[in-house]
Amino acid sequence: MNETPLKAQAQRFLSALRHCQVLQMRVDAADEKGMTLVMPYSPRIVGNPQNGAIHGGAITTLMDTTCGMAILCGLGAFEVCPTLDLRIDYLHSSIADHDVYGYAECFRVTRDVIFIRGSAYQDDPARPIAQAVGTYMRLGKDIKGGLGFSQRLKGSAQ
Amino acid sequence: MIPLDVLAQLREAHGQGNYEPLLALIPYAGLIGIECTREGDDLLFRLPANQDNIGNPLLPAIHGGVIAGFMELSAALYLLIFSESAAIPKIIDFSIDYLRAGLYRDTYARCQLWRQGRRVTNVSITAWQADPAQPIATARAHFKIKELPAP
Repeated sequence: MNETPLKAQAQRFLSALRHCQVLQMRVDAADEKGMTLVMPYSPRIVGNPQNGAIHGGAITTLMDTTCGMAILCGLGAFEVCPTLDLRIDYLHSSIADHDVYGYAECFRVTRDVIFIRGSAYQDDPARPIAQAVGTYMRLGKDIKGGLGFSQRLKGSAQ
Repeated sequence: MIPLDVLAQLREAHGQGNYEPLLALIPYAGLIGIECTREGDDLLFRLPANQDNIGNPLLPAIHGGVIAGFMELSAALYLLIFSESAAIPKIIDFSIDYLRAGLYRDTYARCQLWRQGRRVTNVSITAWQADPAQPIATARAHFKIKELPAP
C-alpha cells in the first residue's frame, strides 16, 4: 500500500493512542472513501483459551478506533469526535493466529453528528467476523481534546 | 461445553468469592486488568486505572473500546457465574452508549440479567467512576447460552 498524506496523518494519530499501541494497531489503508486498520493476532487478546478466539473487547476497540478515524476520510481533516454509541454484531468467531482488519466509512455527516459503519474481517473482507455501526459527536473548536489536537498533529507533520 | 475442571474452578471461585484463578484463564482479562469481587449475591467489577488503557492522551481518558471490552467481559463473567449455562456464554451482539468521558481513574461495572431464555440471554451493564449515579456508559448484550439438561 502506498504512503499517502492521509495515511501518514492517520498513522501519526494512531501512534498517539496508547492502548492502540498496546494492541499493535497500524493503518493499513486510508483514502477519501474509508479507513482500514490492522490489529495483529496476539495471545494477549485471546478471550477463549480453548480455541484462541480473540475477545470481543479487542474487536470492539479496533472498530471504535477505525470508525473514529474514518472521520478523517469523511471530512478530509481530523476532528476528534467522541463516540455517542456503538453497536457490534459478532457474525463469526475469530480464528487464532490470523490478523484482524477493521474497515469503516462515514455514511452521513451532519453539523453535530457523524454516522459511521464498518466491519472487521480476518482473511476475507466478504466474510466479516463483526459488523459495527456507530454515531460520533462533533465537538466545537475550543473543546479540550477536540480540534486543538488535530492542529498539533498537523504541526508535527511539518 | 464447559470443561469439568473449569466448572469446578468456577464453583470454587464463586464459593470463596475469589475470582482471580478464573480471570487468569482469560488473557484479555489480564491485558486490561479487570478485577471482580463478590458483594452478597451480586458481583462488582473493577478496572483499575492503567496507563496502557488510555485512548485519549489529552484528557487523558480511557479508550472507549477498553470501556466496552471491560463491560462485555463483566457481562460474560456475570453470566458464567449466574446463568448456569452448560456452555461458555457466547456473545451475539453488544451495544454501548457513552454518557461521559472515562477519565484516567478506576472504573466500576455492575450487570443486570433482564431475561434468560433457553438459548439467549439479555444482560445490561452500567459503568461508572466516582459516582454510581453518574454512569460513564450503559450497554446491553445478547449472549447465546446452552440450557442445562433437565435433572
